[in-house]
Amino acid sequence: MYEFNYRKVDSVAAAVEAMQQAEDGKFVAGGQTMLPTMKHRLASPSDLIDLGGVAELTVVNVEDGNLTVGAMTTHAAVAASAEVQRAIPALARLAGNIGDPAVRNRGTIGGSIANHDPAADYPAAVIALGATVQTSKRAIPAEEFFTGMFETALEEDEIVTSVSFPLPEAAAYMKFENPASRYAIVGVFVAKTGGEVRVGVTGATACAHRGLLLEEAMGGELDASGIDSVELPVEQMNSDIHASAEYRAHLVKVMTKRAVEACR
Amino acid sequence: MIENGIGASVRRKEDQRFLIGKGNYTDDINVAGQTHAVFVRSPHAHAEIKGIDCSDALAAPGVVAVLTGDDLAADGIGPLICGVTVTSDDGEPHRAPAHPALAQGKVNYVGDHVAIVIAETRAQARDAAELVDVDYSVLPAVIDTGSAADSGQPQIHEVAPDNVCYNWPFGDKEGVEAAFAGAHKVSKLDLVNNRMVTNPMEPRAALGEYNQGMDEITLHLTTQNPHVHRLVLSAFNQLAPEHKLRVVGPDVGGGFGAKIFVYAEELVVGWACRKIKRPVKWNGDRTEAFLADAHGRDHVSTAEMAMDENGKFLAMRVQTQANLGAYLSTFSTMVPSYLYAFLLAGQYSTPLIYSEVKAVFTNTAPVDACRGAGRPEATYLVERLVDICAADMGLDPAEIRRRNFIPVDAFPYQTPVVQCYDSGDYPAALDKAMELADYSGFSARAEEAKSRGKLRGIGLSSYVEACGIAPSAAVGQLGAGVGLWESAQVRFNPTGNVQVFTGTHSHGQGHETTFAQLVCDQLGVPIENIEVIHGDTARTQFGMGTYGSRSLAVGGVAIARACDKLIAKGKKIAAHALEAAEGDIEFVDGNFSVAGTDKAMNIAEVAFTAYVPHSYPEGVEPGFDENAFFDPTNFSFPAGTHICEVEVDPDTGVVEVVKYSAVDDFGRLINPMIVEGQVHGGIAHGVGQALLEGCSYDSEGQLVTASYMDYAMPRADNLPSFDIDYAPTNPPDNPLGVKGCGEAGAIGAPPAVINAISNALGVRHIDMPATPEAVWRAAQQAAAVSA
Ligand SMILES: Cc1cc2nc3c(=O)[nH]c(=O)nc-3n(C[C@H](O)[C@H](O)[C@H](O)COP(=O)(O)OP(=O)(O)OC[C@H]3O[C@@H](n4cnc5c(N)ncnc54)[C@H](O)[C@@H]3O)c2cc1C
Repeated sequence: MYEFNYRKVDSVAAAVEAMQQAEDGKFVAGGQTMLPTMKHRLASPSDLIDLGGVAELTVVNVEDGNLTVGAMTTHAAVAASAEVQRAIPALARLAGNIGDPAVRNRGTIGGSIANHDPAADYPAAVIALGATVQTSKRAIPAEEFFTGMFETALEEDEIVTSVSFPLPEAAAYMKFENPASRYAIVGVFVAKTGGEVRVGVTGATACAHRGLLLEEAMGGELDASGIDSVELPVEQMNSDIHASAEYRAHLVKVMTKRAVEACR
Repeated sequence: MIENGIGASVRRKEDQRFLIGKGNYTDDINVAGQTHAVFVRSPHAHAEIKGIDCSDALAAPGVVAVLTGDDLAADGIGPLICGVTVTSDDGEPHRAPAHPALAQGKVNYVGDHVAIVIAETRAQARDAAELVDVDYSVLPAVIDTGSAADSGQPQIHEVAPDNVCYNWPFGDKEGVEAAFAGAHKVSKLDLVNNRMVTNPMEPRAALGEYNQGMDEITLHLTTQNPHVHRLVLSAFNQLAPEHKLRVVGPDVGGGFGAKIFVYAEELVVGWACRKIKRPVKWNGDRTEAFLADAHGRDHVSTAEMAMDENGKFLAMRVQTQANLGAYLSTFSTMVPSYLYAFLLAGQYSTPLIYSEVKAVFTNTAPVDACRGAGRPEATYLVERLVDICAADMGLDPAEIRRRNFIPVDAFPYQTPVVQCYDSGDYPAALDKAMELADYSGFSARAEEAKSRGKLRGIGLSSYVEACGIAPSAAVGQLGAGVGLWESAQVRFNPTGNVQVFTGTHSHGQGHETTFAQLVCDQLGVPIENIEVIHGDTARTQFGMGTYGSRSLAVGGVAIARACDKLIAKGKKIAAHALEAAEGDIEFVDGNFSVAGTDKAMNIAEVAFTAYVPHSYPEGVEPGFDENAFFDPTNFSFPAGTHICEVEVDPDTGVVEVVKYSAVDDFGRLINPMIVEGQVHGGIAHGVGQALLEGCSYDSEGQLVTASYMDYAMPRADNLPSFDIDYAPTNPPDNPLGVKGCGEAGAIGAPPAVINAISNALGVRHIDMPATPEAVWRAAQQAAAVSA
């Protein structure tokens, strides 16, 4: 780790201001991605602005048919939240299966989506549920938020404040775990919201995305019978020592079928 | 019977300090004036060093010294050695390229040591290490085991043409060929034994202190064998004379073989602390452990078995190419040779065996012993081949094993490959394991699994290994540079408590408990009055350390021998005190008594008398403190049958180990709880190798699996609850009747798992690690074939 300045703030506005003043600042939430990266000397921010003391980022509530989860809500808090369990049980289960207890007790939903690891779990849910990402500047629809590998629509000094999920009629997440890291080699979130079925796919490609071909094959219903014949673009799939592109494409379909099954 | 003696599951004495966070690991030790070292390592697999510019690093804040291979050479330190000679087929000793502790002109793997940067703080040393400017000229690299010796490959070492370290043919080639020519059937299998990172929980570390007044170096190291370190560092690396070098292996957080070897960092830290006249601490991080700990396994083999019409094994033929990495680690040469080929008989009476081992250099980390060392590779090959034989002969895997087992009445059994097994009852272990595993109920379970869309498979593995390493004369004949006896000292203090000094080293095995139980049992001293001391050349007399499941089988016997001497002396002292003839003194449960009388004296009283000899037998030395050295006459041969049951999800290729039964013959158990723990850990290690662990370099020699994000270790949820039992025999060649248990699981498990997966899929073979994708592909193929 290189030396850096540590800044503790107590409001979103102060965080933004601290960022604007820093030479090369970074926000830190749970630190579960940020700190290992710094420890390995792969990142060397001049300032680390800790969002941990910002109370306004930890709300969890259901209002007007939306579940809103504050950016600093930890995975463990989402998993254990009675409100989340009632509103979108699949989301609580997803959070409860991220990493290990230490990671879940520190890592946050805001950090996870801001980081946009192509193998992270939350992005699939954010997309499939048609969520809106609230930031310090604006509201960003899920599909516009994730723009590429480790890339999002966020600007340097923009903070995710919360994520709002419209309540679905049915939802389920199926994750095929990397045997080493336990991140998603492939994760598929299927949700039916307001009569519409959406599929969110993570892990498979460089960028979490909507599974439009899969949705099309399902014809707007929670019906997996057409999934087998979908031809997913193998050339767009990630490929590494754990899973080839072809295998990933196959797993997307298997996980989709299983998620649909679990929705019913 | 004595409380807490042999056979009792005494809770581990050492756990108290570990559980309260008061263990004393190398990195816990800090000394006044200590500096911190960071190694500059090669980012390239193969490169020439054109120059090293240390000036920026030297000028960085807090930097005390930056030292390179030139400084090391100027001081005449090193190179690192390999301690076992293997004679190649041209009659010459194996090719031994120089292994400088800091690179001299060339680097040969990613992680190779180039320079040491020493600073006031670790962070400063890290910062400065980035400023060491090494001018590399990158060379093409050799990575792949199977093709490393092919013509046209880049050459790594001048002394090793075609990257060959040795070609080592062993056995009766003509006899084997004749048997193959006349065989009813020949079964053949190509297989890979996957490379593993050994992964002890505590990364390696070293702390060197130089006492200028005494001209002495003290090195605290993460070592499994402090005296071996001292011997090698003194005799071969010129670090300091033995009497001026103290090596301490304090608490060590696991070794699994990786901490046997004498590493560059250890030598360099020892040398540097004298050079700068300040203590130097190096604490390796996890990345360094992945890159620069010795790795294990990495074989590519072809195995063939010739059989008669009844499936009786007539002859076996093996060809193996073994990767030794970029340089020869301390015991590397013997792993794919003596520790491997001498176990190729397995549990079977195969009369003729011939093997050829070609050991090759590649631009990867050095490869050496890793839990089992050679024996897992042999067992995997034999037990996979036996399943192929069963399939080819249309026999049940259990039946073909039974037909070929060495019969119970044939022990001691001389195998055609050097080893002479002293005891075993292989059918007994197989029977018990089949019962434990409910082998006969398998088809019903498979049917039930099918109804859930799962493919269920069952696999056996009947292994034997050679432990209790080793008779010195035998290993000397083979080319080892050391003897492999063990030593012990058992010292009574005047107040009756006991200190046991052992030359073995405990780094998780629980010696402090097991050895205390031995002494408790033999001398009748309460276990809480016995302290087992190990790991410090200044405290223990001498020793060869812990590996090869030798500690109890060799070191335990040395302790028992020292206790024998105490009892003999105690009889003299008691006879004098009790006014009886020495021959009338009996020793039972800690009491010396005059036979047939109630006159008796406790061993603590005898000890006190020995230290306060006011009234004492003539000609007997005062003191109650004996030592003993024990050199075994044979290896010990733990054996057993493991049965693994898996369920495969054909849609994803995920394998779940649903049932695992192990029946082992470890001879006599001193502490069954500790033995069970060793079996559990070993099986986890073996299942890890079979399903998860695959160390992988890319074609340029970058280690792709250099962290736990990519290198998969087994976790609790990868494993079922194990069913464990024993089928012990009494080994006549071991005075304590013990065999060793630390490696058995890692040896028995891999073929059991792969046999089960092959069975589930209905395929001939699948290589390790059987990852979900590999299994999915195999399942697809199998489905296509049967469609
Ligand atoms: C061992 C391990 C296992 C893991 N397994 C999984 C897994 O299975 N599935 C999974 O999805 N993830 C996994 N993770 C990642 C984990 O979920 C992290 O918590 C997450 O990626 C980042 O969240 P964080 O709160 O720790 O963010 P930090 O590490 O603090 O920050 C990450 C990045 O996001 C930025 N950031 C953080 N908060 C905000 C905000 N509110 N607004 C704008 N930018 C922000 C930071 O500046 C930084 O660039 C794992 C991590 C570890 C260490």
